[in-house]
Amino acid sequence: MLGYIDKIRQISKGLIEDKKVDMIIGFKKGTMPMMNEPCLVKSPKDVEKLVWDSNCGINLANYLTDRKERIGIIAKGCDSRNIVTHIIENKIKREQLVIIGVPCTGMIDKHRLTSMFEGEIEQVTEQNGNITIKGEDFEEILKKNDVLQQNCSVCIHRNPVVYDELVSDLVEEQDVDRYEDVRKIEAMPSEKKWNYFDDLLSTCIRCYACRNACPLCYCPTCFVDESRPQWVGKSDDSIDIRTFHFLRAYHCAGRCTDCGACERACPVGINMRMFTRKLEKDCFEQYGWEAGLSLDERPPLDTYKPEDPDDFIK
Amino acid sequence: MKVIKIDKKDWVGGLEKSRSAYRLVGPFKENGKQFPVFKELDKGQEPDLTTLNTVISPKSIVFPQSEVMFEYTTDEKSEDCNLLKRPEKNYSPCAVIGIRPYDAAAFLLVQKNFDTPDYRDPYWCDAYEACTFIGMAINNPDNTDFSTSTKSGPFDESGLDVLLVDMKDHFLAKVITDKGDAYLKAAGWTAKVDTDAAIKQIDEMKNKAEVKIASKISFDNIEKKSIMELYEADFWEDVAFACINCGTCTYLCPTCWCFDIQDENHGKSGKRFKNWDGCMFPLFTHHSSGHNPRGIKVMRVRQRFMHKLKYFLDKYEDGIMCVGCGRCTRFCPVNIDIRNVCKLMNS
Repeated sequence: MLGYIDKIRQISKGLIEDKKVDMIIGFKKGTMPMMNEPCLVKSPKDVEKLVWDSNCGINLANYLTDRKERIGIIAKGCDSRNIVTHIIENKIKREQLVIIGVPCTGMIDKHRLTSMFEGEIEQVTEQNGNITIKGEDFEEILKKNDVLQQNCSVCIHRNPVVYDELVSDLVEEQDVDRYEDVRKIEAMPSEKKWNYFDDLLSTCIRCYACRNACPLCYCPTCFVDESRPQWVGKSDDSIDIRTFHFLRAYHCAGRCTDCGACERACPVGINMRMFTRKLEKDCFEQYGWEAGLSLDERPPLDTYKPEDPDDFIK
Repeated sequence: MKVIKIDKKDWVGGLEKSRSAYRLVGPFKENGKQFPVFKELDKGQEPDLTTLNTVISPKSIVFPQSEVMFEYTTDEKSEDCNLLKRPEKNYSPCAVIGIRPYDAAAFLLVQKNFDTPDYRDPYWCDAYEACTFIGMAINNPDNTDFSTSTKSGPFDESGLDVLLVDMKDHFLAKVITDKGDAYLKAAGWTAKVDTDAAIKQIDEMKNKAEVKIASKISFDNIEKKSIMELYEADFWEDVAFACINCGTCTYLCPTCWCFDIQDENHGKSGKRFKNWDGCMFPLFTHHSSGHNPRGIKVMRVRQRFMHKLKYFLDKYEDGIMCVGCGRCTRFCPVNIDIRNVCKLMNS
């Protein structure tokens, strides 16, 4: 994907020079290995700042919410699906956007790579599907496919679903079983399931990085921040922590694209996608729905169809 | 000044021995967890000294994320009716083993706020006074460590009672305070070594570690600039663009001490809590009138950096409110780097 950079810069420069957009939202190089920083570019000379590699895991649709300008946005598969969701939910207008589509081959799992090495990782470079990791006294080459973010390794929409420009040929989509791990948890007896989720959330510090990295979480006041009345306690009580995670997940039902921004953002490495993916699986199985694929169809949870499943009514 | 030699084979035994007079707290990795956190060590649990860089700072030892300030009841049948009762908490001596020197120094910055001639936060002060800090010098600082620029450093003794230096087969323990001396005695570590030679050895290690720190910041110009010049600077929009306004930076920071007071009532009784809060959250400054003086993201981002790097500096004239541990940079989901922001403010 490194080869995309020139094309991204060229398209971005053209869009700004031709005054087709007021700004480009993309990534600039980060100050740490495996990190890039979302950025805003407004002048043609600044397009040189833009980069693209396997460390662009943050979902840029998050930066579109309620903006009024004309915006060029760089979008991999999941970003494009969240842009669609944003448009459907009236958080941005299609006419405001020039979508620069990036066919994606997945993002590197920085949490996993960091924990794989005892020493500090000083440099990570990529070439031809390989990742070279360098530290003070080690160097190792790994296949990129073996160290992808978990959501990327089970991604079936790597290509942008909506775009105005494309930086390369489309990539081949993966044929994978998306829900093997979800089924394992579904099969657990209640007590085991309880313990699993209890343990999953035990390190949560309620920093809300997951919520704030999520393009779906744009409520003016989140239910956990509501104080009149206050719905959720604010201490580190595990019931309140669970309430936050469960409710947030439910608010994402039928909307989540499994972009993985929540998990990537979490400083303590909680796999909170286990919640959203169960809901995603249910939406797929019950309504044949995958979020963010079409601008012309309403999500299942804000429409009614006579053939909607109703087995839960006893 | 004295230096004690602790053979590594006597390490675990000494720790266990010290339990007769101290509770032990240290970094510990629970089964199946990715990283260690500071916690009270149960019998048989050893502090994990291999990963000194804990994701979550040890500030919670003294300033827990949630702490009950008092409980009350308005039930007239109860003899405690209408009394505010501070809950029992164990403030017996506690040895914090393996804390990083700059994390211990961070307590001194927080102390300026919680322990003043006018106000004394009893929860923070009582917990802090119970602690004896047995710090572990950092021989191999990581890439985001800029502690040498903040008056701290990988061998900083200012917040410690004992500084341990790992010499491979043994530790050298530099005794800094009487509290530290008492702990070493309780652990049965009493093998004195030639002080001058040991100090020389420790200083060499210190120099080596400090040289490894390539990250530097300076705030000499920030000191000279006026608050308004910095407040109105044109770079804040750019700095704040990527920020998602989560609380990672403030919650992981060893020097961030903002908190919120919450009541939880059930019928006639209830509790008042002190919980971590952060300047990144809109609710933090939301007035009951509905007005929010820091209503938009850029104001909150500016506040965080201005507080750490300017207001604190001006108020106490004793450096910035940052020890350079690098956690905020390392764990920021969108790579906002305090070193770069400091550079912008200082330029």
